[in-house]
Amino acid sequence: MERITLAHGDGGELAHQLIQQLFVAHFHHDAFVKFDAALLSIEKGKLAITTDSFVVKPLFFPGGNIGKLAVVGTVNDLAVSGAIPKAITCGFILEEGFPISDLKRIVQSMAEEAQKIGVAIVAGDTKVVERGAADGIYINTTGIGIVEEPLVPSFQEGDSVIISGSVGDHGITIFAARGELGLMTNLTSDCAALSPMISQATKASKQIRIMRDPTRGGLATALVEICEDFQLTIELSEDAIPIKREVEGACDLLGFDPLYLANEGKVIFIVAKEDEQKVLQAIRSREEGKEAAVIGTVRATEKGQLLLRTPLGTTRRLYRLTGLLLPRIC
Amino acid sequence: MPELLTPQMNKTVSQLLLKEVVRLSKQFQHKFNRLPAFMEVCGSHTMALARTGVKKALQNDIRLISGPGCPVCVTDQSIIDAMISLTDGENRIICTFGDMMRVPGSDGTLMQAKTEGNDIRVVYSPVDAVRVAEQHPEKEVIFLGIGFETTIPILAAAIKEAEEKRILNFSMWMSTKLVEPILRYLLDYDDLALDGFLLPGHVSMVMGRKHFEFLAEEYRLPAVISGFEAVDLLSSLRQLLLLALAERPLVMNNYQNVVTEDGNTHAKHWMNHYFSLCDEAWRGIGSIPNSGMDIRKEYEQWDAKKKFSVLAKRPRKTKCRCGEIIRGLIEPPECALFAKACTPLHPVGPCMVSSEGSCAAYFQYMREE
Repeated sequence: MERITLAHGDGGELAHQLIQQLFVAHFHHDAFVKFDAALLSIEKGKLAITTDSFVVKPLFFPGGNIGKLAVVGTVNDLAVSGAIPKAITCGFILEEGFPISDLKRIVQSMAEEAQKIGVAIVAGDTKVVERGAADGIYINTTGIGIVEEPLVPSFQEGDSVIISGSVGDHGITIFAARGELGLMTNLTSDCAALSPMISQATKASKQIRIMRDPTRGGLATALVEICEDFQLTIELSEDAIPIKREVEGACDLLGFDPLYLANEGKVIFIVAKEDEQKVLQAIRSREEGKEAAVIGTVRATEKGQLLLRTPLGTTRRLYRLTGLLLPRIC
Repeated sequence: MPELLTPQMNKTVSQLLLKEVVRLSKQFQHKFNRLPAFMEVCGSHTMALARTGVKKALQNDIRLISGPGCPVCVTDQSIIDAMISLTDGENRIICTFGDMMRVPGSDGTLMQAKTEGNDIRVVYSPVDAVRVAEQHPEKEVIFLGIGFETTIPILAAAIKEAEEKRILNFSMWMSTKLVEPILRYLLDYDDLALDGFLLPGHVSMVMGRKHFEFLAEEYRLPAVISGFEAVDLLSSLRQLLLLALAERPLVMNNYQNVVTEDGNTHAKHWMNHYFSLCDEAWRGIGSIPNSGMDIRKEYEQWDAKKKFSVLAKRPRKTKCRCGEIIRGLIEPPECALFAKACTPLHPVGPCMVSSEGSCAAYFQYMREE
């Protein structure tokens, strides 16, 4: 089996071959490829820039792999900020001995995903570290997008909170894929690019106040942050939150709370009540948004608290995630 | 039962049950001139009562007292310290349930020991620790065996596997606890004034309904074995109230799709095959005779206490009141450290760390500020 050696990262002949045969062959390139930096022309609007590193374990899991995740993770951060993703860069840290065939699969799915979304992978870097100094492969991606119409976070009492689908799928999938559970599930990660669904939603309503993708820390942590950032009191209805039976079962077994599990293909929308159904329909028109649901309401524009109404009619306050033992989920 | 209900039916049924429980509680108060007081023995029930909102919905109707049902919380500090100091030795892999990682020892936690480079692994079953031993014949693999009757058969399964495969670099440092002796202790020595017990679903699955008949026969108290959903909890509380009102001490099984009269005889057989009764030290109580199980002499090659020695340390004194909390004597907010010096990120005692701990349940699900 062909494997990564330290020479693949030394900037010499082997490094050149890897770049030409793998990265340049799969990723975007044009006349400017001869410069040390990618040159992009921008149209009107504001630039949005975000960066993220990916260390997920295992590298391949049902519904995706570290490469797909590295593209969609960064693209999603742009999309929920109201930006149209344009270009991304990627940095690879490879462990000596990493199978080149695995690297190929990863690079191919990055290229496929980028093409689907219409974003160009314009620059990259590869470093190789000695065996044992990293765990296979780590990827960093930086994304650039353009914001033409920035979201206006002017909230009102009665605004609706929408989630684009079931929560916790990614967290449990990764956990089960590590094989530490001895648990078989048919779950797949929800890992997906959100920009197409978001562009449908923003077309349907000009009254979307904010969007967030609830990744690490899950739905609850993302909403606690929104509540604190904008001094909102949001009340969720526990029985309205879509959770797959399998996720619920695994959570019961492991003592996890699905509201705190990572997602990689979900968006929280806060939208004016009058546009709630329009946005819901727009999201549901996409495969990845079929299970979208209204899960709560902005109760007040003060205090900064996230509340959960249980089916019994009592409420309890939700806080940030504290100390869950789930490292390397993305 | 709940999985047969649609979410909407579930909601309707639990709301109806809640009304009924409140109505019965009023009758009880009228008859006895005080609030009914029930203890939930199991840590998962403590969590479920808080998470589902049942405890809050009934705060003016039932005194729900959390009992000694969280395995990490009831473990005496000296045992926690001994387990953590096992990491000091060379050439060892320590395997543990996740709950133990952040439990504060007198000298740091397993998590800190891991950060310092010790090989400490979280496993979900002790049988996985046997696999680790199989993969690393050059190392000694030690599993930290904490738990109640729910866990003890799985610990037995691990030793069975090690015995069958002749894996001798695996051993277990056991500190298991039994429910019956601690309930007897609380009823005999503590000033609890209970009207009944909500009995643990999972322990009963292993031990069977009959195992708990001593509560009715010797202590004249009703008890109901319960599941873990809001509907289960409420219908069990309803049964408890009916029994308490009628002054009928009976042990009822309200978790019938899981719990039988005699429990899992197979599991009980293997528990007794590898383990025998031993005295165990309980947090805040001290040693209770025959309140736990440890490895029989015939199988001592898998007994970490026989293979390794640890230096006994004097546990560091803190103001933590976990010892009183597990006995149901105080509620978490009555501890001066609660949510101030003691939080899930900086826990002082195990009740704040464990996913079954009363303080963790209170902190996560019942705090208002």
